[in-house]
Amino acid sequence: MGSKQSKRQTFIGVQQQDFSLEAEYQALCLNNQQDGAVVTFIGLVRDFNQGTQVKSLFLEHYSGMTEKCLESIVEKARGKWQLGRVRVIHRIGQLELAEQIVFVGVSATHRKSAFAACEFIMDYLKTQAPFWKKELSSSGDTWLETRQSDQDAATKWGA
Amino acid sequence: MIKILFFGQLREVLQTDTLELHIDELGKQPLNVAQLRAFLQAKNELWQEYLCSSRSLVAVNQTMASEKSPIAGDDEVALFPPVTGG
Repeated sequence: MGSKQSKRQTFIGVQQQDFSLEAEYQALCLNNQQDGAVVTFIGLVRDFNQGTQVKSLFLEHYSGMTEKCLESIVEKARGKWQLGRVRVIHRIGQLELAEQIVFVGVSATHRKSAFAACEFIMDYLKTQAPFWKKELSSSGDTWLETRQSDQDAATKWGA
Repeated sequence: MIKILFFGQLREVLQTDTLELHIDELGKQPLNVAQLRAFLQAKNELWQEYLCSSRSLVAVNQTMASEKSPIAGDDEVALFPPVTGG
């Protein structure tokens, strides 16, 4: 698959508005007869500090670098596995508890590549893509810290 | 001019979102990330603390950079805390 072809098969969205799993699934499948596997992941806003009254989350990002970074993560995944379509959406701005925050969808000929690439993209996104979460709660606003487990998850794939 | 952007907690704590510096203000060249970091840290104790390499990452022209990455006179440099998206 040439890079022109793979570029056309990649969709990156950085947006305030919500996304629809059904619409994303359709975009991965429609007129796509060569791929036998679709894997999707959705991340939701959860209460990070259990016990405190978290009201919502604010997602800041570095416009321009975010899109470039997500594209480069997808290209890295395409270098490791034979993939069909890849769609990555990350929401920004203020989000309420339980709202959808991130979507990764991958189609491939076989399931193994689709599963692995979906996990790889999420692991890299969490440690590389320039997003910052601020928790807005009744006791004040708190910037979230990175977690070592996220670093370890990305490291396990090797550089 | 070198354009320097700050994000997340750094932007709030340092109360700065953008700085512009002429490369000649920064002393000897060629300039790298570590030297720019040291220059900014010299401002005061707060900047010293928050801009140390364990608390802030650097991107040059929107690509993640290392301490040795070179910086040219018209580059866009960004400083930010470790990322927490996803």
